[in-house]
Amino acid sequence: MTAVEEVPLSPAGNPIGFGSMKRVEDARFVRGQGNYVDDVNLPGMLHSAILRSPHAHARIVSIDKSAAEALPGVVLVITGEMLAGVPRPSLLGDNFAWMPTLSYDTQAVLATDKVRFQGQEVAFVIAESKYIARDALELIDVEYDVLDAVMDAKKAMDPGAPVIRDDKGQTDNSITDVHGNQSWESGNAEATAAAIAAAEADPNCVVVTEQILYPRVHPAPMETCGSVAELNPVTGQLTLYTTSQAPHAHRTVYAMVAGLPEQKIRVISPDIGGGFGNKVGVYPGYVLSIVGSLLTGKPVKWMEDRSENLMSTSFARDYHMKATIAATREGKILAVDVDVLADHGAFNGVAQPTNYPAGFFHIFSGSYDYPNAHCKVTPVYTNKAPGGVAYACSFRITEAAYVIERVVDCLAAELQMDPAELRLKNLIAADKFPYMSPTGWEYDSGEYEKTMRLAMEIAGYDELRREQAEKRAKGEYMGIGISFFTEGVGAGPRKTMDILGLGMADGIELRVHPTGKAVLRLSVQSQGQAHETTFAQIVSHELGIPPEDIDVVHGDTDQTPFGLGTYGSRSTPVSGAAASVVARKVRERAKIVAAAALECSPDDLEWELGRWYVKGDKERGKTIQEIALLSHSSLELPEGIEGHLDATAVYNPPNLTYPYGCYICVVDVDVLTGQVKVRRFIAVDDCGVRINPMVVEGQVHGGLADGIGMALMELIAFDEDGNCLGGSFMDYLLPTAMECPDYELGETVTPSPHHPIGAKGVGESATVGSPAAVVNAVIDAISPFGVRHADMPLTPANVWRAIQGRPMRTDMAVE
Amino acid sequence: MQITLTVNGTEYTRDVEPRMLLVHFIRDELLLRGTHWGCDTSNCGTCTLWVDGEPVKSCTMLAVMADGRAIRTVEGLANGAELDPIQQGFIECHGLQCGFCTPGMMMTGRWLLDNNPNPSEGEIRECISGQICRCTGYKNIVSAIQWAAEHPATSEVTS
Repeated sequence: MTAVEEVPLSPAGNPIGFGSMKRVEDARFVRGQGNYVDDVNLPGMLHSAILRSPHAHARIVSIDKSAAEALPGVVLVITGEMLAGVPRPSLLGDNFAWMPTLSYDTQAVLATDKVRFQGQEVAFVIAESKYIARDALELIDVEYDVLDAVMDAKKAMDPGAPVIRDDKGQTDNSITDVHGNQSWESGNAEATAAAIAAAEADPNCVVVTEQILYPRVHPAPMETCGSVAELNPVTGQLTLYTTSQAPHAHRTVYAMVAGLPEQKIRVISPDIGGGFGNKVGVYPGYVLSIVGSLLTGKPVKWMEDRSENLMSTSFARDYHMKATIAATREGKILAVDVDVLADHGAFNGVAQPTNYPAGFFHIFSGSYDYPNAHCKVTPVYTNKAPGGVAYACSFRITEAAYVIERVVDCLAAELQMDPAELRLKNLIAADKFPYMSPTGWEYDSGEYEKTMRLAMEIAGYDELRREQAEKRAKGEYMGIGISFFTEGVGAGPRKTMDILGLGMADGIELRVHPTGKAVLRLSVQSQGQAHETTFAQIVSHELGIPPEDIDVVHGDTDQTPFGLGTYGSRSTPVSGAAASVVARKVRERAKIVAAAALECSPDDLEWELGRWYVKGDKERGKTIQEIALLSHSSLELPEGIEGHLDATAVYNPPNLTYPYGCYICVVDVDVLTGQVKVRRFIAVDDCGVRINPMVVEGQVHGGLADGIGMALMELIAFDEDGNCLGGSFMDYLLPTAMECPDYELGETVTPSPHHPIGAKGVGESATVGSPAAVVNAVIDAISPFGVRHADMPLTPANVWRAIQGRPMRTDMAVE
Repeated sequence: MQITLTVNGTEYTRDVEPRMLLVHFIRDELLLRGTHWGCDTSNCGTCTLWVDGEPVKSCTMLAVMADGRAIRTVEGLANGAELDPIQQGFIECHGLQCGFCTPGMMMTGRWLLDNNPNPSEGEIRECISGQICRCTGYKNIVSAIQWAAEHPATSEVTS
């Protein structure tokens, strides 16, 4: 099955419009000619290193930096005390020691009073080489008064628990959002509680409750975070080369943090070596490189090492979820309630839209049609790294998809019903779209059953169940896990969605040169998603200009219009729509020019790909290339028409888009060792219209590997003293080619009705949908041992202990 | 210390600190930035290049240990404008996304095919299992190496 209509090919053999097309970006990458931040070297540039806290919670008694400053080659050693003395005439605070987070909290740039997590920034060394900067770290003597740490979110609100944020005058570890709320709810609490109570009293119904942890993980892109800041002391111009998924939003934040005039700040994100949310946040290191350039008058480079990346920059998840599901004994879901304890670390640094402090967790009601759902999310401070934005999170949709798909499987186990059958009984029917979910989200389109049946067909589901039964009889344990997920992506409508007050609409600019070649300028930022290829295809689809004749410019705030960047799968739903809209504006301008040239009324013209022609006289027309030249010529145009074809647009999405999919995972479990082997992975995605199917499939492949990694291997755990146990790639295990199977993909295409080209976004679908499929498969395999649930990551040790009936907390190094 | 080594067929003589890692020497002294750095523990393999014809994670070697050796990096794969089949394979099969792990993956893939022109899927997966990719899920990297195996170079590229 293919979603893509046959389109004509360009002289270079590329589709004029949608279809698989090799990537423009590859030419430089395969030659080793990419330009990542660490490849940036400016004349006179200095290097830097950050001294980090060895303790999770400690008061700073004193810092002696004299020996470090005396080391030859060291230019400057900056401490928090110094930053507190650097005034800034800014909108947020009055000195550089603290900065705002994306959630209206504050975060220390360099610690002044206390350190609040292991790996927190304490001092910043600027030196002539990175080796000397590292040497100097050894020479800084910090005296700490070590305090008890809060490492277990479940104990954060205990009476007498150490108070982490005494800097804000807090007396406990609660988190208050900008609206004054200390917990966040969605859905109908009363109706849901009543439905669950009624089900408990009804012998024809069942109620299942399960404690489900989505442990802390890390995006760990192959390129760590870093920046090169150059603040010209004469002009006041700041140029910041940085690993940013959102260059424009970052520029605005720097204007607020540094008190610099925004027009004097240029943020350049060159090639980005993977992001996955890790490069959404504004980190102290970025700010320190700016301050360093301010204080030294020279460019300053900061690049974190891998341990710094894992220990201090944005984590993901850390949601402790208690899920309750009520259903009839026939398997009709009646209600779902989820109570979440959210571990936000030491500073509330999550990057969610302001009105959605728990992101879009509300979509936990899933892909099923039932009337009552409710969730409550309570965040707390702990002595862990801040963040919570990261890892293809779709704004907490990953946690939401996981909890509903896990608890539905728990329900199936309780009912002794096949989990596929249970899902098919409850999926939202195709004729119910647009569907209003019980938490108030309008799902735009879907044909869920069709997608699920296709996945089951590719998997050979019935045959797999037969094989499983045969193997069990022989004492071999295979498992089949299903996940059906719905995401809400493409944030978002500016009326309800902003980050730090910045509405989530995206600008775009399209120039068509006299020769008919074009340049498209984007606000979104590729970290590997092939924007230079796929956005050219969108314009090509609308205008008929070959994609190779369209250059895509991104990653430089001086060269592109404002927009909020790439995360939450928003590039195609928001900026992709903008590209379509701006190209249609050009098409309408071209129509007026063509009418003038053809001496007819614009109303007499019709469009075919790449050409306006006179109705009823197809030979009489002008190609877009001819029109481009005419638009710059002496051709007389109607009164009020300026000429040229260039256009700009701002796209404000009317709704989110709702991609979905059905994933089936097949595993073999060695019950003597607990080892899990992922044998097959079937993924059927419906992301609406596919611009470049090759790129879509690549996105899905990567997300499936992510999901397998999180389900089986990845974990940022801590011991009770606050030591991070996942601080290197020796400890934080990522899947290699050996752990990943040969994925089997399928597709259905249900266009988004409100998106100009019907596309929905796919970047995070597989990361959202796959962990539950893997875990469901493992639990299915070991269910004969009475296991209904075990928490990720399902390492051999954790699987083995689950089989023994002695599960352990995976997030803490305690029993 | 003074060292002399050959990189992609060109001889270089440089004074280096004894403690300088080979990956930093290649990137910061010779300005060959196609070789990347990704971890502190020699797990990720993005710094993989060849030393005397063998793939090596260049963060595990000091620059002084490369004295007198022949290095080949990603910049030495193509023969002028003509791409090596391994490079073409990565383009043909969408074997890369962000491009960060790609040079190391290609160096390992090229070495595998030079030593085993028709590897099985399992042999390819094992060969790249010391290297991490976060974008592709590996499937298309495997396909890219298979493509290169099916399209051997017409002329030998010297290391």
